[in-house]
Formats: sequence, C-alpha cells, structure tokens
Amino acid sequence: MPDNQSHILDQNAGFGETEPPIKVVARDVCVAYDGKQALNHVSIDIPDRSVTAFIGPSGCGKSTFLRCLNRMNDTIEGARVTGSLKIDGAEVNDKSIDPVVLRASVGMVFQKPNPFPKSIYDNVAYGPRIHGLALSRDDLDGIVESSLKKAGLWDEVADRLNDPGTSLSGGQQQRLVIARAIAINPEVILMDEPCSALDPIATAKIEELIDELRENYCIIIVTHSMQQAARVSQRTAFFHMGTLVEFGRTEDIFTNPRDPRTQDYITGRFG
Amino acid sequence: MALSKTAHIVTAYGEELDQLADELARMGGMVETQLETALSAIVRRDASLVAGVREREKQVNAMQDDVEKRVLRLFALRQPLATDLRMTISALKIASDLERVGDLAKNIAYRAEDLAEYAPLSLLDQVERLGAIVVKQLHEVLDALSSADVEPAIRVWRTDDEVDERYNALVRQMLMSMTEDPGQVEPGVHILFVAKNLERIGDHATNVAEAVHFMVTAGPLEADDAKS
Repeated sequence: MPDNQSHILDQNAGFGETEPPIKVVARDVCVAYDGKQALNHVSIDIPDRSVTAFIGPSGCGKSTFLRCLNRMNDTIEGARVTGSLKIDGAEVNDKSIDPVVLRASVGMVFQKPNPFPKSIYDNVAYGPRIHGLALSRDDLDGIVESSLKKAGLWDEVADRLNDPGTSLSGGQQQRLVIARAIAINPEVILMDEPCSALDPIATAKIEELIDELRENYCIIIVTHSMQQAARVSQRTAFFHMGTLVEFGRTEDIFTNPRDPRTQDYITGRFG
Repeated sequence: MALSKTAHIVTAYGEELDQLADELARMGGMVETQLETALSAIVRRDASLVAGVREREKQVNAMQDDVEKRVLRLFALRQPLATDLRMTISALKIASDLERVGDLAKNIAYRAEDLAEYAPLSLLDQVERLGAIVVKQLHEVLDALSSADVEPAIRVWRTDDEVDERYNALVRQMLMSMTEDPGQVEPGVHILFVAKNLERIGDHATNVAEAVHFMVTAGPLEADDAKS
C-alpha cells in the first residue's frame, strides 16, 4: 500500500504550475461498515475549479469515498471513518464541524433527481432561506434567478416558477437540483451518477453544465460511464476493491493507464 | 499483437480486435512477398515476375480498405480505450504505410521490365544489398508488430540511417558512371528510381516502427531512442 500511495501522489505532483490549487486533501482515509472494510487508506489531492471523476466497478469504494466528503456516512449506522480529510485545510471529520454547515459548502447531486415536493422557486430558495443568505425578498429572487441561470434552467422555467419541481422532466429536475445546490454557494459539488437516469440529450445538457460550473467549483463525479468520465473530467481516479489504484490526468488514464487493473477495467477486460 | 493478457468480457469485441490484427498481419505478409518478388525481378532480370507483383498490389489496396472499415467500425461501435485505442489507431497508420510499400514495390517491378532490355549493370549488386537491408527492415518491423515488441522496432528505426547512406553512395556512383559512359544513362535512370523507391520503403518501415512503438508504450520512439 505505501508504494501505491507514493505513486499516486507523485503523479498528482506532476500536474504542472498552471494547475488550479488543491481543494481536497485526503490522507489514509478508511471506512468500515460494521467492521467490514469498504475503503482502505485512500490518499488523494483533488484540485479546485476542475472536474475529478471517480470510476471503478460496483462496490469499489468510490461512492463511499464521495460520501466521506460531506459526512453522509454519519447517517449510516455502524460506519466508521478514519484518516484525515481536509477541504481548504479544514478537517471534515473534526467534532467542531457541524455536518449541516458542511453540507452547505459541499453540495450533492444524486443518481435520481430528488426535488422537494415544493415549487420550482422554493426548491432553489430553500437553502438560502435556512442558511440566512438572503436579506430580502428581492435578494432571494435574485439568488433563485442566478442559480437557475447557472444551472441552465432559467429559460425553461422563468414563466412557471410556482409549478411544482416534480412537474419538470427528469433532466430538468436534475438541473433544478443542481441549481438548489449552487444557491447556497458551495465550495465543492459532489455528483453520484447524475446522468444514469437521463436520456442522451438530457445527459449532454448536464455535461455541458458541469463543464461550465467547473470554472467556479471543485466538482467530483462518480460515474459508471467511461465515456462520461472521459468527456467531463480533467482528472480521473480509478478505485478497485476499496483502494485508489490510479489517479491522473483523464487523457493519460484513458490512453495510457499505468496499472494493469486500470487497463483491464477501462478496456472491458475485468474478469 | 497481444497487448493484454486478459480477454475482453465482450467476446465479440475481442474477436473484432483480433481480426483487425490478423488482417494487418496478412497485409504485411503480402507486402513483404511483393517487395521480395519485385527485387528478384530486378536482380534476376526476370520481367515475368512483374504481373504477380501488380496483382498483389490490388489485393493490398483491398486489404487497406478492409482495415479502414474495421477501424471505423471499432471506433463507432466499441469506442476502444487505452491499449485497444492505441492498437486501433496504430493499425490505421500502419495499413496506410504498408499500402505505400506495396505501391513502391510495384514501381520497382515495373523498372525490371525496362532493365531487362539492357546489359547487366555493375551497380546491380549494390541495389541488391540495399534491397536486402530494406527487406530485413520490413520483416523485422512486421515481427515487432505481431509480437508487440519494441526492441526490433527500435532496431529498424536505427537502420534508417544506414539505408540513407547506402542510397546516397549508390546515387553518387551511378552519376559517376553515367558521366563516364553515356550508354549507362538510360539504364542508370531506372536503377536510380529503384534505389529511390527502396529508400522510400525504408522510410515507411521506420514509420511502422514508430507506430508499433506508440502502440506498445504510448510514447514517441525518438524519446525512447535518446535514452539508450
């Protein structure tokens, strides 16, 4: 394991001077569910203002690691997380950190769009309201509009903001959920297979949105689609059996992976 | 051309890649025979061999079309990645070089028809030697391709300088003998074309060497060569 780790970090260090600063630093992160190890000593440096894709077979630990970043594992009974995980230098697992506050800065988008059973407007306004980000109704209107615009949904919903969020199509709902996440100015956006329930056109719209959002956010996406990882991310991390096997520039991972396990997985040779 | 020890989960995909490799190997073998026959026609002054070279050239062209179709199909339907991607893209480049080699071999064979009309030239042995080196280059680079081995590819790549030197020496001598004896001018021009075509085939063999090197290592051959 130590060899593997230094290899991963070395490769990361070679990204060059023009690369964005590191946002998330994980060292020796382990997760066990009821004593059963799900993630083994994961160390990774994830840069800001770019998209990092996590790939790997089901049960490889990629979603488990994603859930560490906003402490979603806290909600699972019997889950035990060890190691160090820092966002902007602050330890995520520190007892002084309120998970609710943490989740405001680490937004999450799930496989199935999960809008609240409220209006389109209220879906986006909910976060800013409870976190006290808006000083007035005008302020709130502005946040809702700019968030929907950033999520590429404004033009489609501007004249029906009071319709229920659930009345939108699947792709629109997913963009609504992204608008909801953006509305509270997150630092990091986690996406767990955000397009797996969408058709190719809705998928393309989300991918275009991800590409726009990466200018301002650190985005981490878990995907089972190799092509999607290749299309949207600048860096790709390959997980296998609870370990981080390889992490590097997406272009390198898909043209010249170093580890035979990565090679076998992305070429469809996993036995 | 086995770049991976493990088989594809989707058997048909693995088979399509294997078929592409097989077709490329067949094409290489065909081109090799073409070149050897064309050289025999020159050296043995046997114009009866020319028709066979011409016939094979048509087959080689058809094989290149087939390789291109297979590559297009793999890109469209399988989206190859990593070693499979490098293998597929290299196959496309290699097929194009092999097709050119076939074309040049045909040109060489045509010169045999012309040369048969003249008395044997003293420089023919040098053409034969140049030809032997280029045939060896082609043979080695096709071995490198089928075994996915970079060592013979690097050797072939390095031999290119020797081919160029021998070609230049041959041109110099030919010009000298043409100056001394005007009767040598007409057959000499044919010899010069043969030598030029051989030199070009050597270049295509080094292109294939570079493609094989990229296919196996993902890096350029120049960088690897500089290291050793």
